[in-house]
Amino acid sequence: MRQDHLITATQLSRDDIEAVLDRAREIAADPAAFTDRHADTVLALCFFEPSTRTKMSFDTAAKRLGANTIDMGTVESSSVTKGESLADTVRVIEGYADAIVLRHPSEGAATLAAEFVDVPVINAGDGAGQHPSQTLLDLYTVRENHGLDGLTVGIMGDLKYGRTVHSLAAALTNFEVNQHFISPESLKLPRSVRFDLHEAGAQLREHTDLEDVLPELDVLYVTRIQKERFPDENEYHRVAGQYRIDAETLAAAREELTVMHPLPRVDEIAADVDASGHARYFEQAHNGVPVRMALLDTLLQGAQ
Amino acid sequence: MSDHELRVSKIRDGTVIDHVEGGQALNVLAILGIDGSEGLGVSIGMNVPSDRLGRKDVVKVEGRELSSSEVDVLSLIAPEATINIIREFEVVEKNRVVRPEQVAGVLSCPNRNCITNAGEPVETEFAVVGNGVRCGYCSTIIRDDLADHIDV
Ligand SMILES: [Zn+2]
Repeated sequence: MRQDHLITATQLSRDDIEAVLDRAREIAADPAAFTDRHADTVLALCFFEPSTRTKMSFDTAAKRLGANTIDMGTVESSSVTKGESLADTVRVIEGYADAIVLRHPSEGAATLAAEFVDVPVINAGDGAGQHPSQTLLDLYTVRENHGLDGLTVGIMGDLKYGRTVHSLAAALTNFEVNQHFISPESLKLPRSVRFDLHEAGAQLREHTDLEDVLPELDVLYVTRIQKERFPDENEYHRVAGQYRIDAETLAAAREELTVMHPLPRVDEIAADVDASGHARYFEQAHNGVPVRMALLDTLLQGAQ
Repeated sequence: MSDHELRVSKIRDGTVIDHVEGGQALNVLAILGIDGSEGLGVSIGMNVPSDRLGRKDVVKVEGRELSSSEVDVLSLIAPEATINIIREFEVVEKNRVVRPEQVAGVLSCPNRNCITNAGEPVETEFAVVGNGVRCGYCSTIIRDDLADHIDV
């Protein structure tokens, strides 16, 4: 990767992506060969927002490379509640660690952090912005199942606030992929994401009904529609109900359809999909470790 | 000087911003941070007939020349503007505004959840894209209502 940080998926070229995914495949094939690779390295996990999954995944990835991790503890107990700026926090932590993984509720937080420190910053989610390390593991999963060219991908759910969606859509523009976006009218892709997709010359179509496009899809990427996005609970139940899938919904899909989800899911994918042969979301979550190992390895090497 | 410029008085030293899109004169003053309290002599012509724009606004500010970041933002709301620097009643310099690649400071991000609205020690930074500007932190695009986001 040419960059020092991983802030947004829009910064990733096809070569960047393929290099990380190739490395991840090597790691998955022989994890033991990488166990001491980053001994003496300390990774700071700065999570200003609750997250168990992403944090554990980075923690595991670091440790499997022989690195140590430090974290801030819960936000409630940290100096953030005393009103310290993010710029100050990361400048202090830079003195402790060789790289910083940052999850923050404000859009642009990782961009700001990267301006203030010299160690690599990895954006592990900035509000409704980006979540590029998730995208790398998503792409790894797609590649292992289908390859990354000549595909038709449907992305469904909360496209407006879904940071995994924003990153995935941007990264897919590097490949020959037709993108379909399926969501309620009120949760369509934001203007800024659509702008980037058009700039990148992406083939994209927007739908409100999954039925319209399901039979064409090679991959269906489902995301959760959150209750707090709706002013009233009845409206939420009415709308969210239209974007749930179960084994019966998938009867109309291709046999090779892969169903993905960044997890945790609530009820947007019914449990009967798990055994359907389409489900890849647990495999996808497991891929987080080798892919994040590959990412850390790449950025730490670049920083040395 | 053309006859419609006689509608506003001549100034001795300062800046005349001409060919401002009709209705934007007050926003021009907002960009310059001028509200009258600084005691500068200011005259405004609004909706003056213009060959080029149909109707235009003209802003004259006595005793003040513009900084480059002011001109940058000005170019976004008044892309046709000309800036005349006046000394001793003479136009000594006449420039068209140029669309910059980016503007720092001056605008605030309309996304309330943007990190630039969280009290961090940074200036806003907007890239000029298509017919709008885009926040360098959260990527939010502002298109039609630029003047509403001027932070002075
Ligand atoms: Zn912003």
